[in-house]
Amino acid sequence: MKILVCISNVPDTTTKAKFVNDNTAFDTAGVQWIINPWDELALTRAIELKSDAANSIENITVITVGGKDAEPTIRKALAIGADDAVRIDAEPKDAYFVAAQIAEYIKNNPFDLIFSGIESADHNGSAVGGMVSEFLNIPSVSAVSAASIEGGQVKLTRDIDGGNEQVTPELPVLAIVQKGIAKEPMIAAMRGIMMARKKPLNVVAPIEVEVLTEVVNYEMPQPKPPCKMIEPENVKELVDLLQNEAKVI
Amino acid sequence: MSVLVFTENWDGKFKKVSFELVSYASKIAEMLNTQTVAVSIGDVQDDELNTLGKYGADKIVSVKNDQLNILDNQAYTSVIAQVAEKEEAKVVVIAQNNMGKAIAPRLSVKLKAGLGAGISKLPSSVEPFTIFKKVYSGKAYSNVVIKSDVKILTLAQNSFEFEENQKSATIEEFNATVDAVKTSVSDVQKQTGKLLLNDAEIVVSGGRGMKSADNWGAIEELAEVLGAATACSRPVSDEGWRPHGEHTGQTGKIIAPNLYIAAGISGAIQHLAGISGSKCIVAINTDKDAPIFEAADYGIIGDAMKVLPELIEAVKEIK
Repeated sequence: MKILVCISNVPDTTTKAKFVNDNTAFDTAGVQWIINPWDELALTRAIELKSDAANSIENITVITVGGKDAEPTIRKALAIGADDAVRIDAEPKDAYFVAAQIAEYIKNNPFDLIFSGIESADHNGSAVGGMVSEFLNIPSVSAVSAASIEGGQVKLTRDIDGGNEQVTPELPVLAIVQKGIAKEPMIAAMRGIMMARKKPLNVVAPIEVEVLTEVVNYEMPQPKPPCKMIEPENVKELVDLLQNEAKVI
Repeated sequence: MSVLVFTENWDGKFKKVSFELVSYASKIAEMLNTQTVAVSIGDVQDDELNTLGKYGADKIVSVKNDQLNILDNQAYTSVIAQVAEKEEAKVVVIAQNNMGKAIAPRLSVKLKAGLGAGISKLPSSVEPFTIFKKVYSGKAYSNVVIKSDVKILTLAQNSFEFEENQKSATIEEFNATVDAVKTSVSDVQKQTGKLLLNDAEIVVSGGRGMKSADNWGAIEELAEVLGAATACSRPVSDEGWRPHGEHTGQTGKIIAPNLYIAAGISGAIQHLAGISGSKCIVAINTDKDAPIFEAADYGIIGDAMKVLPELIEAVKEIK
């Protein structure tokens, strides 16, 4: 079985968002870039699955769409334990553009199980995974919080309102994963970091894709009025404010 | 031409978000000077279908097919695409929840329609079609132009006030073509009778300041008297004090209730990213410099374990 993990190169989640060029571009000055947290959990689970020989996983590939500046993040994925990597050499324009690039690669290089994170920490679109599956006309399972392999079959736990259910898809399948898929993201060991330098990182030329959406500009949230402080002995006042001022209870 | 809205039901009753979606879609239909068509998948009776008219639907397309009893993303996408094509939909409105995230991206590719995800406001213009959406997990917003002929919008839950009107809708059955599904479902486990975190109007949430799992009684009791759901911060679910499903924050659940009460939560930026859409935030924390107070509307500097029992009593007095 071959696994592909789609990864996105995003600003560290503690980054304060700032914009330049008349608020049309994200200010990358001083930003630390990381593997999108959900993608990192997906990669962790893929490596856990591969470490059990019974699952017969021959290869884990990571793929991203981005410029050369995304390579440190790709190397990090290789250091954690991916076997090889693919970078489609294009600036990601929107989710549709990115998904079309990844789908094109998969058409020429088939995989059995494809993971993507539920959301990227930058544009929060929750879109790329589902789009890739539709481009390929293969099943997708969303809100996946656990994945295992039993007798060559992929078993996915899908979260539903108030609980969960087991989904068994035909392969190939695209699993869109969220929290729970792995406990903690795996951390690269020194040996992994050394090995990552020698692992293949294939740079692929992009295809032409029509861009369907375009960011015009960015805005910062309106500043919030200051918090109204209430003395701990005056809890009744809080209840009164919630009832009569905020009108929420 | 039409604005199509995909409604969701729960055991035959529409979810609250469906009314938000229909109201939102009907406002866009007004902007485009066209009609609002709601599509319902599953076994929903005519009386219930009719309720969508009150929120602005002109027509309701009802799809009943046993193959759609389980959620197969491909099959659902195909059915909605068939209705969208028949109704010549220019805009398709879907919820930004588990179901919507499963369907909307696929539909975007199938209809070659640009996707605007996680919207909370009406488009600022329909020519060019410009939407306003959250980016960087709520730390900023973007204005985005959707250039394709057909557009797909996913609406954040509890972000759009719905209103009732006197409109009535026509109901039409639609026989969709459903190919053999490629997924099967087993071992369905769900709790019934418990308020779902994403649907709750009030959420009471606890953090590390609650000290241990044994102290959760106060959180649960306050939730009960308020008719609220319970939630927690990431360290609490990582410690195993509470189930992962309760973790709210950037990597957990993103919620937008009317009232969010944070007890013993310091308010790390990742936590705020998951709750910043709340209409009103109350913070109870011993540390006056905790970042939660910057996000909160009302704050009490104090020990949550002492404040909560008094709050429970004060709420009981008004209920």
